[in-house]
Amino acid sequence: MHVDHSPSHDGPAVGADARRADGSRRALRIGLGGPVGSGKTATVAALCRALRQELSLAVVTNDIYTREDADFLLREAVLPPERITAVETGACPHTAIRDDISANLEAVEDLEDEVGPLDLVLVESGGDNLTATFSKGLVDAQIFVIDVAGGDDIPRKGGPGVTTADLLVVNKTDLAPYVGSDLGRMAADAKAQRAELPVVFQSLRSEAGVTDVAAWVRARLAEWTA
Amino acid sequence: MSGAALLVLADGRFPAGGHAHSGGAEAAVKAGRITGAASLEDFCRGRLHTSGRVAAALAAAAALGVDPSLLDEAADARTPSPALRAVARRLGRQLMRAARATWPADELDAVAGQFPKGAHQPVVLGLAARSAGLGAADAAYCAAYESVSGPATATVRLLSLDPFEATAVLARLAPEVDRVVDLAAEAAGRVAEEGVDALPAGSAPVLEISAEAHAGWPVRLFAS
Ligand SMILES: Nc1nc2c(ncn2[C@@H]2O[C@H](COP(=O)(O)OP(=O)(O)OP(=O)(O)O)[C@@H](O)[C@H]2O)c(=O)[nH]1
Ligand SMILES: [Mg+2]
Repeated sequence: MHVDHSPSHDGPAVGADARRADGSRRALRIGLGGPVGSGKTATVAALCRALRQELSLAVVTNDIYTREDADFLLREAVLPPERITAVETGACPHTAIRDDISANLEAVEDLEDEVGPLDLVLVESGGDNLTATFSKGLVDAQIFVIDVAGGDDIPRKGGPGVTTADLLVVNKTDLAPYVGSDLGRMAADAKAQRAELPVVFQSLRSEAGVTDVAAWVRARLAEWTA
Repeated sequence: MSGAALLVLADGRFPAGGHAHSGGAEAAVKAGRITGAASLEDFCRGRLHTSGRVAAALAAAAALGVDPSLLDEAADARTPSPALRAVARRLGRQLMRAARATWPADELDAVAGQFPKGAHQPVVLGLAARSAGLGAADAAYCAAYESVSGPATATVRLLSLDPFEATAVLARLAPEVDRVVDLAAEAAGRVAEEGVDALPAGSAPVLEISAEAHAGWPVRLFAS
């Protein structure tokens, strides 16, 4: 019988390793999660447009049962097609981003091998519930995207996504007057749940669009490469 | 052998990518071949005695230390569908990652280097079992059980089948899983003398053909 427990980590066996098999530093990975339809893909698309001139980027999507998100990004031509990969999740995006991250790690590594070197990989989760967060083995930082139309009590309800994400984005602020959402109350509830963790209110329909989130991403990248 | 290590490797939550695959159940549900617990049992029985038995024997042989590249070729020869070969390699690569993190071993590192895009999953399963200090029958148990537990779990999601009924199907199949493991381990034991031709080569043509069709569906819940 063969039992060898020598700790040999010379391959990319563990996802959180900051180095690739060849010793080079891997790309920063940022996850975007949140409820169905909150604007994750729209935010990814806007980030790609804002950052693609200055950074080498790629995107991994995790759809529930289609390639909808990947196809949208391809149609919008936010990146060349070889920089966008869709992972199939067996109807459970939260499993693929948290409990069993192997397919996502493979997708990220293949992108680095095939179109790298990369500075940043954005990993979008298919829309899921308020408890769906990314494993630290898969991403270095995560953004949780909710919207004003899903009810202004979501920040108060909390849950791991709202309370622990590195950045909380409250999207579609342009719709607040139409759905009767109280942005002041959402901001106060988010502050109560998250203490010092940052929150961005954005409307992708407005002039400013994804500016604040892009600035936050740039700051994470500056830390990563420091 | 360590009973507890076997439970770790056989656990459906072992993070090696299996959750995204239905073992052919999605195609069978769509075709009306699985409609409830009774037809799920028939489907699983068919899979167990064909591709399940082949996978169990490959895993057992790998656990005994048979050359992984010979076993990988034998697995290719026993998997007519290119889509299923691709799936087996993808799952093998994912299992390799999990196994190397769980039971680090030089032997796993070497095979990972030899097959950067993945060896067939049952072969990697046998190597993982070996690194965990498990034997040939243990590896065969993991493969044989997986061949039926995968479709059963997927069918719970696909048909909203009562999960108790799905688990009862697995319990009813248990004596047959035992028998398949005995046959697989016995065949694996003959490989050293007789070569890989000693391994079983049963196949289920409908599983192979429907896997090809399933791979082309634009909308599906499972990757295979
Ligand atoms: N009014 C308004 N609509 C927006 C905004 N952001 C996104 N949308 C729209 O909201 C809808 C859903 O956006 P997506 O980006 O697809 O949402 P998602 O979170 O990726 O959805 P799933 O992946 O299905 O969970 C689309 O029709 C977007 O155009 C916004 O700031 N304001
Ligand atoms: Mg989306």
